Amino acid sequence: MSQVRVLVGTRKGAFVLESDGKREKWDIGGPHFAGWEMYHVKGSPADPNRLYASQSSGWHGQVVQRSNDGGKTWEPVGNKFVYDGVPGTHQWYDGTAHPWEFKRVWHFEPSLTDPDTVFAGIEDAALFRTTDGGQTWQELAGLRGHGSGPKWQPGAGGMCLHTVLLDPSDPARIYIAISAAGAFRTDDGGQTWKPINRGLHSQYIPDPTAEVGHCVHRIAMHRSRPKVLFMQKHWDVMRSDDAGDSWHEVSGNLPTDFGFVIDVHAHEPETIYVVPIKSDSEHFPLEGKLRVYRSRTGGNEWEPLTRGLPQSDCYVNVLREAMAVDSLDQCGVYFGTTGGQVYASADAGDTWAPIAEHLPGVLSVEVQTLP
Amino acid sequence: MIRVELPAHLRTLARVGREVQLEVEGRATLCSVLDALEARYPTLQGTIRDHVTQQRRPYVRFFACEEDLSHESPDKPLPEAVASGAEPLLIVGAIAGG
Repeated sequence: MSQVRVLVGTRKGAFVLESDGKREKWDIGGPHFAGWEMYHVKGSPADPNRLYASQSSGWHGQVVQRSNDGGKTWEPVGNKFVYDGVPGTHQWYDGTAHPWEFKRVWHFEPSLTDPDTVFAGIEDAALFRTTDGGQTWQELAGLRGHGSGPKWQPGAGGMCLHTVLLDPSDPARIYIAISAAGAFRTDDGGQTWKPINRGLHSQYIPDPTAEVGHCVHRIAMHRSRPKVLFMQKHWDVMRSDDAGDSWHEVSGNLPTDFGFVIDVHAHEPETIYVVPIKSDSEHFPLEGKLRVYRSRTGGNEWEPLTRGLPQSDCYVNVLREAMAVDSLDQCGVYFGTTGGQVYASADAGDTWAPIAEHLPGVLSVEVQTLP
Repeated sequence: MIRVELPAHLRTLARVGREVQLEVEGRATLCSVLDALEARYPTLQGTIRDHVTQQRRPYVRFFACEEDLSHESPDKPLPEAVASGAEPLLIVGAIAGG
């Protein structure tokens, strides 16, 4: 029978939640790296037992951990992220020029075919890659070097490169997203990049339709249709049908179009999920009701999913890395909260139940479906 | 022989106890002791001082013989009591955070 492994990064350690294909009973493993911030833990599609974890702290900086046995044991690998050449400057919060400084790894995206090749999205925003299982990291400097870098600026969480999407049909095509610069695409394996933000409209920047400067929170893609992208922007849920060359809004009837997460059903490319969050100051669910919204039409028409989720007095947030889906026949959907709960639905969102309730604040959730 | 006490998180990371003992060639300075420490435990590279600038991380301090050595030149000789192994060099993480 299939198994599901949920990799949870929290503010005080990493946890590995495991269940069989029924997804009714869960074992909670961890904490791993107790006391450290775990921004992201993700497994290799080419070898599910190969995991990479981003471990960091304000005291001791960045550590990268690797597991070869599905998270039972770990070993630290290389943690040296040095920008290529002279790093230059980006905009600081006050609009002044600020030198690029490495702070942490937000996101690991393992190669679809090679367990030793991993992309790392870091703060201050840049994309790095290892081809030796994490021992050494090299910047794909064309991204920062394409010209708009001096105009990028940090969001409230820092100037992070948080999303890396690999095109399963074209190894040379990669999408990335940065808060607050926007989305970018390479078609030549990372040598050259271009902004793909046409159609985005952000009233909080001087030119609402500028080429860069948009606070993109997350992008999602279904592997069967890699040219169709879904985006949760700071405000607005957006869709592109042409690999990001143009975007249009699909917020539709959402009660608020602010949020962080967005994801796509494993088997239905037009079924997508978001968690609307009240903004701009509160950043918790509207009316204290934790609701996932599902669209079965690729956006615009949304339905609230509430069964099993708290519908009163709930004031948690769901951060951008904290939603994922499994690929069992009946698609499972998972998300974690800043209150330390991990909720799961084994029926594509119709009903929900907590599979962990008292973890530290959840920063990231990833799911592996194992044979 | 130089004795170095590590903060809890770095003990876990390096998989060592509270104190490690190092042989340092030549004059014992903060720099030479940290070089020896990182050579013995490569996983500590970048966690005490920056990989490139070699600057001390802001929330890390160096104490010895009831003195704060954090702002001393990294090339200044350590106190004789540390160099002889009579006293440990303390690497301390700031007591802060939630």
